[in-house]
Amino acid sequence: MSTLEIRSLACSRGDTRLFRDVSFAVAAGEWVGVRGANGSGKTTLLRCVAGLTRPDSGSVTWDGKSTSESGAQFRSAMLYAGHAAGIKDELSAAENLRDALALREAPPSDEALRESLGAVGLGRIRHIPARRLSAGQRRRIGMARLVLDPATLWILDEPLTALDSEGEAMFASLLERHLQRGGSALVATHHAIGARQAREVRLSA
Amino acid sequence: MSGFAWAFARDLRLAWRHPGETLMVVAFFVLVASLFPLGVGAEPQTLRRIGSGVIWVCALLAAFLSLSSLFASDYADGSLEQMALSPHPMAGWATGKIVAHWTATGLPLTILSPLLAMQYGLDAATLGTLAFGLVLGTPLLSLLGAACSALTLGARGGGVLLALLALPLFVPVLIFGAGAADAQASGLSPSPHLSLLAAGLIVGSMALPPAVCAALRIALD
Repeated sequence: MSTLEIRSLACSRGDTRLFRDVSFAVAAGEWVGVRGANGSGKTTLLRCVAGLTRPDSGSVTWDGKSTSESGAQFRSAMLYAGHAAGIKDELSAAENLRDALALREAPPSDEALRESLGAVGLGRIRHIPARRLSAGQRRRIGMARLVLDPATLWILDEPLTALDSEGEAMFASLLERHLQRGGSALVATHHAIGARQAREVRLSA
Repeated sequence: MSGFAWAFARDLRLAWRHPGETLMVVAFFVLVASLFPLGVGAEPQTLRRIGSGVIWVCALLAAFLSLSSLFASDYADGSLEQMALSPHPMAGWATGKIVAHWTATGLPLTILSPLLAMQYGLDAATLGTLAFGLVLGTPLLSLLGAACSALTLGARGGGVLLALLALPLFVPVLIFGAGAADAQASGLSPSPHLSLLAAGLIVGSMALPPAVCAALRIALD
């Protein structure tokens, strides 16, 4: 089973050192929360792990291999959802979801698309342009992506922002199901999440 | 589906859904190219002399107008980081975006150019050379523009910076493109100019996509 290991990661932005000597592991079937005050570097930590931001030092390994070396292999096993969800205003929820999954080489069937959007409560409005959706509804497009994406590692940055309590519960059950299937997740959040957390990484500002 | 095909199909669909921008580029081209004869006066001699140069300058400015949005909207809404984290190599989808940009802007300009050039009384051979020069030149403009657009991502005052970066790089394309049509009009062979444009396009299509990728990586870091 695949394990994500972070060893003595350090990163700074400009002159500010955000964090240093951060080490932890995320094993299959568990999720690790990243917590800390605003500006403590949670997003930067997640971006370093995903491979978007280059850390000052330290290593990230997946399956025993450095993620920068395994490249595409790691990227296809990982799903990263940042603050900006990558949703195009001109396209409908269904089109956005289909595009996002086609990019990840997992094009969904029409049936699967309809079902997943129905499951997150967007069934009736799946064909209207995303610009007319609320912030929470746009988040739900991201949740439908979690349903369909085959990735084993989720890296999620504040997944509960703008979601109502029903949405939060839905996210918790999605996460639970993902873990039961042997998936793992690294989640930066201020909220309490229903699923049992394996470990917590605390960043101090 | 390859990253190239994905990005090409998606960007064309977005351009189709939101045609305002493409139409603005084409309208700018048509209007400016049609205003010149009104401003300079309808003397056939003068018009014939400036015709190909004016068309080229208009095409260049129209292509420049559409550059700012090439990567900026994807950068702002997070699509760009999703593409960077997809299993596809960055060069593939970045090239797909550039080719889609050319198809949505450079191609309509090229198709319209002979029609607009007729206002300047250019003869058939010159019209042909002008259009062929644009076929070679506008993809090069898209490639150069993409590199500049990627470099200015996330920078404050990106618009001005983009103009300062891109317009000087467009100058050789303008000189050889307009030069080809001029040579044809004055009875010389346009092939040296066209060969240089074609060489520029070949070198550009090899060298610029990696430069675009490097600039995008910096922007996303």
